[in-house]
Amino acid sequence: MDVILLQLLNGLDKGGAYALIALGLTIIFGTLGVVNFAHGALFMLGAFCAVSVQALLTISKKVKDESITFFDAYKEVPYLEAWWGDTGSMIIDYAVPLSIVIAIPLMLLLGLGMERGLIRYFYKRPHAEQILVTFGLAIVIQELIKAQFGANPIPTPAPEVIAGSANVGLWVGLGESVVYPWWRLIYLAFAGVIIAAAFAFLNLTTYGMVVRAGMADRETVGLLGINIQRRFTIVFGMAAVIAGLAGVMYTPILPPDYHMGMDFLVLSFVVVVVGGMGSLGGAVLAGFLLGILQSFASMNEVKSIFPGIDQIIIYLIAVVILLIRPRGLLGRKGVMET
Amino acid sequence: MTSFDDSKTRGLTRRGVLKAGTALGAGAVITPSFFVRNAWAEEFRNNPGNASSVKFGFNVPQTGAYADEGADELRAYKLAVKHINGEGDGGMMNTMQPLALKGDGILGKKVEYVTGDTQTKSDAARASAKRMIEKDGVIMYSGGSSSGVAIAQQSLAQEMGVIFMNGLTHSNDTTGKDKRRYGFRHFFNAYMSGAALGPVLKETMGTDRRAYHLTADYTWGWTQEESIKNTTEALGWQTVNAVKTPLGAGDFSQYITPVLNSGADVLILNHYGKDMINSLTQAVQFGLRDKQVNGKDFQIIVPLYSRLMAQGAGENIKGIYGTTNWNWSLTDAGSQAFVKSFGQEYGFPPSQAAHTCYVQTILYADACARAGTFYPPEVIKALEDFEFDGMGNGKTLYRGADHQCFKDVLVVRGNENPTSQFDLLEVVKQVPASQVTYDPSIFGGELGPYKV
Amino acid sequence: MFSGLTTNDKRLFIGFTIAALAMPLLAWPVGANYPDLLQKFAIYGIFAIGFNILFGLTGYLSFGHAAFLGVGSYAAVWMFKGVTMNVIPAVIFGVLVAGMFSAVIGFISLRRSGIYFSILTLAFAQMSYNLAYSVLTPITNGETGLQLRQDDARVLDRLFVDRAEGLPSTNLFGLEMSGYPGFYFCCVLLIIAFFISLRIQRSPFGMMLRAIKTNQVRMNYTGFNTRPYALTAFIISGMYAGLAGSLLAVTDPLAGAERMQWTASGEVVLMTILGGAGTLIGPILGAGLIKYFENIFSSYNDIMLSESFSFLPDFLNDTLVFVIGPFVGEGWSLLLGIVFMAIVIFLPGGLMEGLTRIHAWYRRRGSGGTPTAGSASSSQAAE
Repeated sequence: MDVILLQLLNGLDKGGAYALIALGLTIIFGTLGVVNFAHGALFMLGAFCAVSVQALLTISKKVKDESITFFDAYKEVPYLEAWWGDTGSMIIDYAVPLSIVIAIPLMLLLGLGMERGLIRYFYKRPHAEQILVTFGLAIVIQELIKAQFGANPIPTPAPEVIAGSANVGLWVGLGESVVYPWWRLIYLAFAGVIIAAAFAFLNLTTYGMVVRAGMADRETVGLLGINIQRRFTIVFGMAAVIAGLAGVMYTPILPPDYHMGMDFLVLSFVVVVVGGMGSLGGAVLAGFLLGILQSFASMNEVKSIFPGIDQIIIYLIAVVILLIRPRGLLGRKGVMET
Repeated sequence: MTSFDDSKTRGLTRRGVLKAGTALGAGAVITPSFFVRNAWAEEFRNNPGNASSVKFGFNVPQTGAYADEGADELRAYKLAVKHINGEGDGGMMNTMQPLALKGDGILGKKVEYVTGDTQTKSDAARASAKRMIEKDGVIMYSGGSSSGVAIAQQSLAQEMGVIFMNGLTHSNDTTGKDKRRYGFRHFFNAYMSGAALGPVLKETMGTDRRAYHLTADYTWGWTQEESIKNTTEALGWQTVNAVKTPLGAGDFSQYITPVLNSGADVLILNHYGKDMINSLTQAVQFGLRDKQVNGKDFQIIVPLYSRLMAQGAGENIKGIYGTTNWNWSLTDAGSQAFVKSFGQEYGFPPSQAAHTCYVQTILYADACARAGTFYPPEVIKALEDFEFDGMGNGKTLYRGADHQCFKDVLVVRGNENPTSQFDLLEVVKQVPASQVTYDPSIFGGELGPYKV
Repeated sequence: MFSGLTTNDKRLFIGFTIAALAMPLLAWPVGANYPDLLQKFAIYGIFAIGFNILFGLTGYLSFGHAAFLGVGSYAAVWMFKGVTMNVIPAVIFGVLVAGMFSAVIGFISLRRSGIYFSILTLAFAQMSYNLAYSVLTPITNGETGLQLRQDDARVLDRLFVDRAEGLPSTNLFGLEMSGYPGFYFCCVLLIIAFFISLRIQRSPFGMMLRAIKTNQVRMNYTGFNTRPYALTAFIISGMYAGLAGSLLAVTDPLAGAERMQWTASGEVVLMTILGGAGTLIGPILGAGLIKYFENIFSSYNDIMLSESFSFLPDFLNDTLVFVIGPFVGEGWSLLLGIVFMAIVIFLPGGLMEGLTRIHAWYRRRGSGGTPTAGSASSSQAAE
């Protein structure tokens, strides 16, 4: 029983990550009709917001290690610690949560800049060309990050207080055997909040209503005298923020490196398409579904019956769903079908 | 067709020309009339002949997950070329015993080099190596960071008749079932990791342990799992489970949670690079390092360590055992000389990947000098069963039967109290070569012929 | 053989043949005249031509074509291991196996269109890759890649010659398939592949495929079942991929799983779009450009740069090396990314569009006309 519960938690956690990345991607698909291969790069840039904040906070006074003579080896003492002692260490410790504050405006600006500077010229172009230009952009972004931060993953731990595990078992009456890391639980909650907020924004506000109307019929909305173009720009910025936040929050789980965007890119496309083109709910549903199934497929009991099933489960599920439901889980007719 | 010869780079070799000649139906009869100064007046691919220089090819990952490791390897190669040519302070050429190099290049020829990107993919690595051989005319090429890529390049070496000096490759297969006459490995392998870890594990964790393996699901992972299992089971440990994980899984939580309540008290991570960084980070996050099972402290073991991986895993490596081929903190004369010249050149200490690449380059150059020729079969014979010292791992044997170096192996532990940003690994024990030596026949394989 | 082709097509084909055969000479000024890269040009040219038959004509964007390339490679190497080192059976077997594999995948994937089709093909290719890397190791030799071994059966060869010391090499009735002979073998197949593609594009079948791209729904309403046509195109292009894959094995008998990874599928998509989807020559140009970047620009290091600018004064040399350095060697993918963006921004329609424009400009200059075509309106010109 505890094994099932743990795998369910793993699945929800993974699903949260998939859903968050897919959400931004599907918003861009749905509103702008753009196949954005640079979406993974936005996710990665979010993660590197956390890396940068951590690097800024840990700018260090360097104490030379005199025992080493061939090169300069330093024991690094961050200035924050040197000046403020424990308070300083605590600020450094909270680098990842702090970077959320930085990441929101930064990713918004990046998203707006990207849309204004490049993406908007490609609305009317064939999807193939959108793929080429955004893929090129993704490579450029990722190589710039590599030039700055190197190719090696960079550790970005969660704050010390929540580094441990929560006794989830006690909460549900399963005893002490079910523990789960706090940060992963926080990630799950965070994903839930962001998804809810995005839904609320698009479904409950007038602004969101106009955007959705624009998704359905851009020309008519334009005829009504509404500047749909500007709203789309802002929506793109919003999608960038969501991807970026997903990245920031993921850093304690996966030490970020310049290639992590590409690693998630294919997966997020699969999630979006399985969810169904043009459907936000579908993307979220598909994210959680694939995450949970992936977790259960990795169990030893399952693997002993189907060796290697955990290697292909995501794709297998995608094939099965797309064959049963022609437009994914909740896809709309006619979106990206040609 | 010979008219396409790029005179600047000696694009076509005589061998190539002859082949092309055959292609045109000329049916040329090969006569070994090519004049070289040496006694072995044999024709071979990329024979430098009377040229004043020879070219080496350094084929390292410059893009992809191992790009940083590749960059460090390249630094070491450049340094080695400098030292062979008599520039710089000479590094380990001052400590190597015996040494035939004179610091004036090899056999009076200066060494030049070309570089390439393997992308850590077999196809790209072979394409890059072929460029070096066919276009740039290299006499030897070298590089590494992945066993699959190393084995692919090594078999190319045999086909092409150009010697390949392996960089970082740890799979038993490289000098086991996939060994080649034209491939040489200085780096240690999974079997030696296991053999070296054994006594230390016994000392620190006892003989009554229950181990759980997470293994990267490809050949290197399997050979390491097998080697470590053999060692630990010989100690009396039980193997609770051995689970294969997909390469590049990213999030390993679904493989880690079953460990929690499996009754295991040791987790062995047969992962390398990014996989290892991720799985270790996440295992620690799940509280495995602070756990008590069966009345014992839960332990995590990473059989193959590297400094770059230690950097990526950050705090999580503290106190975790593993093995490495070499570490810059060693105090023998060879290591000191190398760390000194590398440190002065680049401002930081070399990694184990850099060390093995540097040593391989010097060893090849020295073998040419001893053989008195660049003719590969003679160079190979000079390397086979060559014994040397002063290269950082104590007395070392390049065994002729499988082209594997036998030398001391370091058992290390993640440093609890580093004195500097480079002081990540602490050497627990230097296991002597005699304890990690094995019978070459256990892995099978065939080296193949000297002449191709 | 040439019946039904216009004079222009004949000229194009003859020009192409000459250019392909003279590739070593043409590649000489840019330093690409060594057998391996020339082989890669020809092989990936075939791959891209085949991909273009599906994508360029029908508009179906497959994101899993590398799977067929990989399967072709594995099949060819198994032929070398099991039967004979002669390349002819290996190539035929590779093409057939890839054809059958693509028939199965195409049959399933073509039940959907648009991006759903793309993801289905992607999913199949990724499954093939993941399994080949791990569970299917007995067949594929996993990470290390399928290689020839001393103790392979090679039943047919055994009948005629004894087992020699060392590994045998691939051959065409005794002619070794490495180096330039290997290139010319690939080159001849490239020319044949191009010719078949030309015939397909000019045939009623090609018209049908274009009609699928233009408006599949309308086709269906007129009572026309388009799927058999799309499936035929899919299989043909899968066989092209299989041919390319088996040629990779012919010139270098090793087949690795990475050949099937999504990045490899993505690469052929990029090649085709970069060159100009739907055009005859474009995909080959795109393939050449990407392979050239991958092999040549990655090999530049500061020393080589500095040598190539050695005619300049020192400070200029240093500046140039400093400016160019980050874009070559380890930075070659950065350059590639920039080139992707630049081409698609300035040349909608790919490299072929560039050639068309140069041609048009040249002609205009001759006749003194004024430029009229805007970039947006000409984006479909490459069709």
